[in-house]
Amino acid sequence: MIKDLHNKLINQETTSEKLTEDYFAAIEEKDPEIKAYLSLNKEFALDKARAVDKKIKNGEEIDLLAGIPSAIKDNICIENLPATAGSKVLENYRAPYDATVIKKLKENDSVFIGKTNLDEFAMGSSTENSAYQTTKNPHDLSRVPGGSSGGSAAAVAADMCAYSLGSDTGGSIRQPAAFCGVVGLKPTYGMVSRYGLIAMASSLDQISPITKTVEDAAIVLSRIAGKDRFDSTTMKTVEKKYEDFLGADISSLKIGVPKEYFAAGGLDQNVEQKIREAISKYEKMGAKIVDISLPSADFALATYYIIMPSEVSSNLARFDGIRFGQSVGAESEKTGEDFTLQNIYFKSRAKYLGKEVKRRVMLGTYALSAGYYDQYYLKAQKVRALIKKEFEEAFQKVDLILGPTSPTAAFKIGEKTASPLEMYLADIYTVTANIVGLPAISVPCGSIEEEGKTLPVGLQLMGKWFDEETLLNAAYVFEQTI
Amino acid sequence: MLSKDQVQKIASLARIEITDEEAEKYSKELSDILGFVEKLNEADTDGIEPIAPARLATRSVAGRHITGAKNVVREDKIVEYSEETKNNIIKNFPEKKDRFDKVKTVF
Repeated sequence: MIKDLHNKLINQETTSEKLTEDYFAAIEEKDPEIKAYLSLNKEFALDKARAVDKKIKNGEEIDLLAGIPSAIKDNICIENLPATAGSKVLENYRAPYDATVIKKLKENDSVFIGKTNLDEFAMGSSTENSAYQTTKNPHDLSRVPGGSSGGSAAAVAADMCAYSLGSDTGGSIRQPAAFCGVVGLKPTYGMVSRYGLIAMASSLDQISPITKTVEDAAIVLSRIAGKDRFDSTTMKTVEKKYEDFLGADISSLKIGVPKEYFAAGGLDQNVEQKIREAISKYEKMGAKIVDISLPSADFALATYYIIMPSEVSSNLARFDGIRFGQSVGAESEKTGEDFTLQNIYFKSRAKYLGKEVKRRVMLGTYALSAGYYDQYYLKAQKVRALIKKEFEEAFQKVDLILGPTSPTAAFKIGEKTASPLEMYLADIYTVTANIVGLPAISVPCGSIEEEGKTLPVGLQLMGKWFDEETLLNAAYVFEQTI
Repeated sequence: MLSKDQVQKIASLARIEITDEEAEKYSKELSDILGFVEKLNEADTDGIEPIAPARLATRSVAGRHITGAKNVVREDKIVEYSEETKNNIIKNFPEKKDRFDKVKTVF
């Protein structure tokens, strides 16, 4: 899709201005219902689009992403624009600088049309935890788009942007991509700089693209990846254009299918059927399917729900009403109340952080507190090492690991909000890639019928560390069969 | 099961004011989640070294960071930001006096 748009631009069949205006027209028509966007930057976007059009007219060479309108999750900073992270605490915040990924996309003349909705601070699987609005699934407005990058996924699915960026801490790119029938790629930990991403759980977070096609995901990844002095976890990797390595023969590919992924009780039968069909397709294309076992996979979600809240509790300590964000202290001038410093912390956090955020901050605070650290955090980091070891062993035998992205198709709005634990189970297949830092992609693999609605299903592939090339190629080859 | 008092203590460590009713609700929800993560005790981690952050993963415990990164260092060099960026940071202060972030007295 991006290449087609690019060709139309350089052949002057259309202009970036026209393209941008068309997306804004689509947003005006559809977004009052879908609610994917939290803020729009029409003038800013059109200015950029016109500048690209001028370059084309002058015969300058432009990048594939130049003039292509994109949407950015609202926890990624674009200078001078809002970055609410879906939280009231950052309602009036304006980002003072560009995230590294934004800086890179700006260098390629990308056009940013708006900031998309998310669960508050990316904590959730449905966007229902957003302090502003719940995004609807474009395939069925009574259902969630998934989360936390639900706004980014819905915007791509409903053609309200060409592609989007989100972040993935435990599945926040892949699960909404699966629910909305689009492609979501979480790169290897260390592939993409998180500088300028509002941190959730630093040992798990990755910025990632949501796109219409696998090729588009490859195009975007190639342009946002790389070592960055502002994120010391980024690794020096071979810079390549991943889009140039798609379509390679997969007949020597070995794909592992973990038996544990199908033994789980929560897996919907119709979803399972779609995944089994995908396995057959790979077999027909010549790939070798290998039965594997990942016994510790069962511990992944419990490991995640210790490590993630622990890191959350530390990262969110900065929202204390002192340096940025909403503060009861600032209001005291109007109300006349006099607060002590400690009161400003306690009351600002109480008033402006949402329920799920508080729950996770408290859970993490407990797990890290004196007397419990060894029992929870240290134990979880050991189990994490154990899971990693199993994956290393599995990747001695196979090139990729295949399974469902989510145990079900998109669920109904309100269906899981009563029980936090129930909501957490939606992440069961996606958290492992974050726990061990692997690259993973969700690709549409057909759809199922539920209550007269057609709902998309996502296939998840996980690859070896920093081997995005094999992962993207296998996803691409599969996509061509759909 | 976490008691309401324990929840209040955790909330206090986390610098979040919570009401008695909230403490009751959180006591149930947090206990549910802690019950779920009890599962970790079934994992045999004898002799397993934990995953560590890159800054702690020195050569002696190489590979303990999730991607194998170790001893990440960089030149200790000041990078100057533009006046505009500095002003943008200052604009975000909840309370300010001139170019200073205004904070209540600590003592």
